[in-house]
Amino acid sequence: MEALINLVYLVAATLFIFGLKGLTHPRTAVRGNLMSASGMLLAVLVTLISQSILSYTWIMAGLVIGAGIGAAMATRVQMTAMPQMVALLNGFGGIASILVAGAALNEANYLFSSPQAVADSVLNRGTAMVVQFGIATAATGLIGAVTFWGSLVAYGKLEGINGDQIRKRFPVLDRFKLPAPPPPPVASAEQTDSVAATGETTAVQRSTPAVAPLVTRLNHALTTQVYAKGVLLGICALLGLLLVINPSNIALYWAIVILASILGWYLVMPIGGADMPVVIALLNSYSGLAAAATGFVLGNSILIITGSLVGASGLILTTIMCKAMNRSLTNVLFGVWVPEGAAASEDEVYGGKIKSSSPEELAMMMDGVRRVVIVPGYGMAVAQAQHAVRDLANLLESRGTEVEFAIHPVAGRMPGHMNVLLAEADIPYDKLKEMDEINPTFEQTDIAIVIGANDVTNPLARTDPQSPIAGMPILDVINARSVIVVKRSLSPGFAGIPNPLFAADNTLMFFADAKKGMLDLVSAMKEQ
Amino acid sequence: MDPITALTIFVLAIFVGFEIITKVPPTLHTPLMSGSNAISGITLIGALLSAGAELTFFPTLLGFLAVIFATINVVGGFMVTNRMLSMFRRKE
Repeated sequence: MEALINLVYLVAATLFIFGLKGLTHPRTAVRGNLMSASGMLLAVLVTLISQSILSYTWIMAGLVIGAGIGAAMATRVQMTAMPQMVALLNGFGGIASILVAGAALNEANYLFSSPQAVADSVLNRGTAMVVQFGIATAATGLIGAVTFWGSLVAYGKLEGINGDQIRKRFPVLDRFKLPAPPPPPVASAEQTDSVAATGETTAVQRSTPAVAPLVTRLNHALTTQVYAKGVLLGICALLGLLLVINPSNIALYWAIVILASILGWYLVMPIGGADMPVVIALLNSYSGLAAAATGFVLGNSILIITGSLVGASGLILTTIMCKAMNRSLTNVLFGVWVPEGAAASEDEVYGGKIKSSSPEELAMMMDGVRRVVIVPGYGMAVAQAQHAVRDLANLLESRGTEVEFAIHPVAGRMPGHMNVLLAEADIPYDKLKEMDEINPTFEQTDIAIVIGANDVTNPLARTDPQSPIAGMPILDVINARSVIVVKRSLSPGFAGIPNPLFAADNTLMFFADAKKGMLDLVSAMKEQ
Repeated sequence: MDPITALTIFVLAIFVGFEIITKVPPTLHTPLMSGSNAISGITLIGALLSAGAELTFFPTLLGFLAVIFATINVVGGFMVTNRMLSMFRRKE
């Protein structure tokens, strides 16, 4: 019986691997996903016939409730909210692992303490097994809790929930106030943003005396952060060691879970904005590792295999995202953009050089052009402008213009975010080009339309080694004959620096919300 | 399963993961995340065993809650991945 179950697990693992392989091409991807799903179904069904399951009441109730919630989430979520959805699912994977390892620890101790069942307990199978069990249980508690709380914080940030709103709704929380995590250094960018939004651009002064204390404060905040996280991790490791020595002390496990929850909270709290893709990918990896660690707890091969597949997948995505921002993982986790030199002020960069344009003028420009490249960014997702963008692309194509899309790897809030939105708007995937592929073609491009993207088009990344984004791979839109930037204001992107592209000779600014702007442009083109 | 066997499986599976996932094109990265997330809901297997063991109340309760969360993960993950993937189409 045991052998049959393990054999079926092997089949399921094979289906998962083929399923992931299917994802290497859009044509085979749907089938791949179905293969993975049937592997899962197979694994669940064969587990249900296992002899160790005596009662089905709780199982059936759990399956029904979980399936209902999962199906409702999956069918209702909007494509623009996909980063939140993935964050939440990662978190649920994490907490499931915590609960399973906790239950296993309880069971092991229960069996060990009852004379007739003692042989069944993992705690009675030799030192090596007990050590594996202890280490794996502690690791599951740690990784699971970091994943769960980290994902919840990421979810809250993506949904735009902030601390004040929560505290207003639950005043009780004020009593349990944790030492507030150090303010994210991006705050400076947000301040500039709000100042720029009110039009008081003169107030944005980056005089040296103001910058110096900011940097010191940053460094101080960073050291405190690293220190706090290090201490938390150290205590968790120590408690884990105690748990290995004495697996009957179940309270140790829950202490690890609580401390790791604080750690997870602390880890993600200072991170935001354009760094989100890295965090989501990393949490994805953690949710896989938590499942693998649970596999070590239960001595179950399919959990180990599947967990490590997912762990590897998340790690690869994390690396890709970091490369696309030219930043190291530690840099993202512990610091944000640390200004190296004084950035040029907005006045210097923009002063008198910004050319603003109207839909009518732009519509005239679009007449008879040969090639247009559209560069979408997070602003397109926020404005839900993907369908309006599609209308523009279709209109241009119907007039004989070649239209392609340039996708920067970190555009949006998660890996592949833009691709999903454009696919939702029925734009064929072969029109979406990766950065390396499309960059050489900008010189043959008549018009590049930048919609809600900023830092990923900033030429300073190539030209100014002092810039905080120096060395970050960018889309070379500035090489296009003309550039249209659709943006609500001149406010800086996540990096908090002005973008000389906006002031370039061949650039026209179209100040509008992405969706409304596109709709206006399309109707102006039709009226011509 | 002895620790060395478990560790061997773990390391080899990571290599398999690296080999396959590096070939996934950026355009499918979001479905890759939700899809791989769905299969990491395999913890459900462990949850089922805990919820059905019927030893004492506490582990059963933990198992029951784990079944709920893991099932959300599995069902939600596969369904949303399917929904996304069916939107990707070629130029006709």
